[in-house]
Parts: sequence; structure tokens; C-alpha cells
Amino acid sequence: MQDFAASFFEAFRLVAGLDSGLIEIVWLSLKVSITAVFIATVIGLPLGAFLAVTRFPGRSIVIVTVTALMGLPPVVVGLVVYLLLSNAGALGPLQLLYTPTAMIIAQTILVVPIIAALARQTLEDLNGEYRDQLMLFGLGSLARLRTLLWEGRYSLMTALLAGFGRAVAEVGAVIIVGGNINHVTRVMTTAIALETSKGNLALALGLGLILLIIAFAVNALVFLLRAAAERSAYA
Amino acid sequence: MHEPVRFGQQTATKPILPVTAERLFVRRKGRVLLDVEALTIGGRGTTVLVGPNGAGKSLLLNVMAGLRAPDSGRVLWNAEPPNRQRYGRFGMVLQRPVLLRRSVRANVEYALRAVGTSAGQARAEADRALEGAGLLALANASARVLSGGEMQRLALTRALATGPDLLFLDEPTSSLDPASMQTIEAMVKSASEDGMRIVLIAHDLAQARRLGDEIIFMHRGKIVEHAPTDRFFGAPASPEAKDFIAGKILI
Ligand SMILES: Nc1ncnc2c1ncn2[C@@H]1O[C@H](COP(=O)(O)OP(=O)(O)O)[C@@H](O)[C@H]1O
Ligand SMILES: [Mg+2]
Repeated sequence: MQDFAASFFEAFRLVAGLDSGLIEIVWLSLKVSITAVFIATVIGLPLGAFLAVTRFPGRSIVIVTVTALMGLPPVVVGLVVYLLLSNAGALGPLQLLYTPTAMIIAQTILVVPIIAALARQTLEDLNGEYRDQLMLFGLGSLARLRTLLWEGRYSLMTALLAGFGRAVAEVGAVIIVGGNINHVTRVMTTAIALETSKGNLALALGLGLILLIIAFAVNALVFLLRAAAERSAYA
Repeated sequence: MHEPVRFGQQTATKPILPVTAERLFVRRKGRVLLDVEALTIGGRGTTVLVGPNGAGKSLLLNVMAGLRAPDSGRVLWNAEPPNRQRYGRFGMVLQRPVLLRRSVRANVEYALRAVGTSAGQARAEADRALEGAGLLALANASARVLSGGEMQRLALTRALATGPDLLFLDEPTSSLDPASMQTIEAMVKSASEDGMRIVLIAHDLAQARRLGDEIIFMHRGKIVEHAPTDRFFGAPASPEAKDFIAGKILI
């Protein structure tokens, strides 16, 4: 018990003192997850938009699939990316295994369905409401879509934050493809897992604390965006 | 604040009047929703569409506006099918107007920019239009927080701002208080006097009398009567129109 309290104290000291080892880990975590969300947005937003405004045979199957992929188990994604990047895999020659790039790839795969599915829902609802009016403005399909993206900006940002929340908190994928190498691929979640098992509770708790703060900040941002969206939508 | 508007500069197109409908037919689940042999909207003045709920008034306007494709038949705007380049000369206020999630002024500016008006000019024209509608004081307010009457006025102002040849209004005053209704009717009258061709769906017969040069009475997807206002109210030809004018419910 004595130990535990001391660990807590030490954790606060690490966080408050901006311990350099801790900062390095947090920084890599943010870099990997933000990059993954950025790439996932570039892929997922157009995909969601396409599914929202087009009709083609098999569309509902695609939508159900994308929605189901929101719940992809991170360890499975990690395993698949591992197989692809390992020496025997299709992308083996790129030598990406156990690099931050591999972690970005894995997290991107986890986040794309989240952004695509949420964007699809948002844009499809908006399109139902706006289509006739935008036609009356004489807009072509691309100009209509651009307007829908702008009108739905708050909800769409919420989707990106949901993706970020998932990426920064997952451990299964990054530990498999990143390997949790000190100074290279060690991020908050993998460090917590490792330090806990080593009994180094102070660092684990410090990182846990920061992860909590990030999760809290993301949710606060989502809350503020919702409020802004409501203000701009209806009284 | 807002995303840059980069619509194609829409060149002036040829007039869209007369608008004609030929053998329009729409059916859903075995029920005939629209069955209109022929209709021509040309010349000048205001045509008022009346008829019981579900008669197909909104559907007819939406089809004539090119927003819905009929199952068969066709709509021509001055001998050509409606296409998006020609919406610059056409305006419509939908039964449930859609205001963009922006300011009152930005809503009007948007419509002007969409038909190729330059940014500076759009701003000046929007303010002039808002002033005419008594909305200038609300120019910076968010469009979605207006009262019902103000929203309808804004939707009408936005549709009028581009100076269309033809304007469709789908129940522009339903559920409004008398003062708001009067303001809207005055705006419609003034546009009509300026030569704009107007087709308006009225939910109330008194309004049809006040605004209509001619009346179209619809029932079960069909045009049952199409007559000058005086004749329609003075000597309705069909039993359905007689019952409707007498206030008997007709579905
Ligand atoms: N897209 C649609 N699908 C199915 N039914 C429709 C559709 N649009 C209109 N209807 C039906 O067509 C009938 C006419 O509708 P509408 O034109 O809105 O009547 P109103 O004369 O009250 O404006 C109604 O019974 C309505 O339920
Ligand atoms: Mg209607």
C-alpha cells in the first residue's frame, strides 16, 4: 500500500515535471495517432461522402460492412498488418515492421471505417434535407457535396475526434506491429502495459493520467462541437 | 468564415417561360399520385393551386420544377427539359424551406453567388433585398434561429433576390400569424406587379382570392378545374370544386 501511494506521488512528479522520457512517449503517441487520423480522413471522408450521395447495386452491403468494421478488433488489425509487413509478407521489402509507420498504417485501418461510417450517416441525413434546395440553387453534384460538407462541419469533426479517441487508446495493434521498442515505437498504451508488468507503476500511472486527460479533452471538444452544431442548426 | 463559393459562372440562358407539362403521371404502390394531361404556365400573373391535402399540389410543382422525375410524361421549360444551368431564372420556396446553417445575409448571398454574382455585388444586393423584406436588422443573425414568419420571409427573399422569371411558392404562409402572412402576400403581389410569373399553392381560399389571377383546383392527382379566379369561385364547374369551396372535406 505504501508502495502504491509512493507510485502515485512519483507519477504526479513525472507529469508535473515534464519528465523527458514521458514527454517522448506522449509525443510519439500523438504523432502516430494524429497522422493516422489525417490519412484516415483523406480516405474515409470521400468514401463516406460517396456512399451518402450515390445509389448503386450492393450499396447497402457496403454500408453494413463499413459500419461493422467500426468494431474491428485492434489485435486482428495488428496481426494482419504484421503479416503484410513481415519479411514473408507482400510489403515485406519495405522493411516497415517495428517502425512508427507500421503503427500509423495499423491505426489508419482502424480509423477509416469510423470516419467513413459516421460521415456517411451525417451527409446522407443532410442530403435528404438539402437536396431539393441545393438543386434549386442550380448546383452540380460536386458543388452540392461541398456545401453539405460545410453545413455538416461540426458533426464531421466529431467523427474525426471519435477516430482519434479510438486510435490513441488502442494497444493491440500498435504493440504487434510496433513492438514497443524504447525510443522508437513506444507509445502511451504500450508503455503502460509494459511498465505495469515490470512493476514500474509510477511511469505507468503518469502515462495513464495523461491518456485520461487526452480522452477527457477529446470528449470536451466533442461536447463543444455538438453545442456549436445545435446553435447553428436549430434554436 | 464561409467556404469560398466557386460555382461555375452561369451564363444568362434563354427565357424559361412558358413551362409546360405533358401527360404527367406518377404512381406509388398502385396509387395514382399525379395524372395531369396538359398544363401550360406562360404569360403573366399569378396562378393559385388549391385542393385538399394530398391532392398532389406539391408533387405537381416539384415535378414542374425538375426536382422529381415523373414516371411518364415530360416537363419543358421553353421547349427544353429543365437543367441546372437554367435554375438562375427560376425560383422556388419549398413547403419546408431549407435555410443554410449560416447568417441571414449569407443565405441570400449564397443564392446570388450560385447564379454567378460577384462577391461584392452579392453582398450589396443581399442587403438591398433584406431591407425590402424588413430583415436587414437580422442580417447577421443565424438563419436557423429565426421565428417561423421570419424564416418564410427569408426563404422568399432569397428566392426573389436572383430576379427569376418564374417563381413557385408552396404554401408560403401556412402556420404563420396574420401579420407575417400579410407581409409575405405584399411581397408576392409586388413581385407579380413587377412582371414575375408566380405559381402559388394556397392552403386557404381567402388567400387564393386575394392573390390569384387564375385558380387550378386539384383533386386526387388530377387538375379538375383551371379557371379565372372570379369564375372559379362564382361558378365552379365540377361538383368536387363546389364541395371544396363550400368547405366540405374532400379526400
Ligand atoms: N416521394 C413520395 N413517395 C410516396 N408518396 C408520395 C411522395 N410524394 C408525395 N407522395 C404522396 O402523394 C400525395 C400527394 O402529396 P402532395 O403533393 O404533397 O399533396 P399536397 O396536395 O397536400 O401538396 C400524398 O398522398 C403523398 O403522401
Ligand atoms: Mg403540399
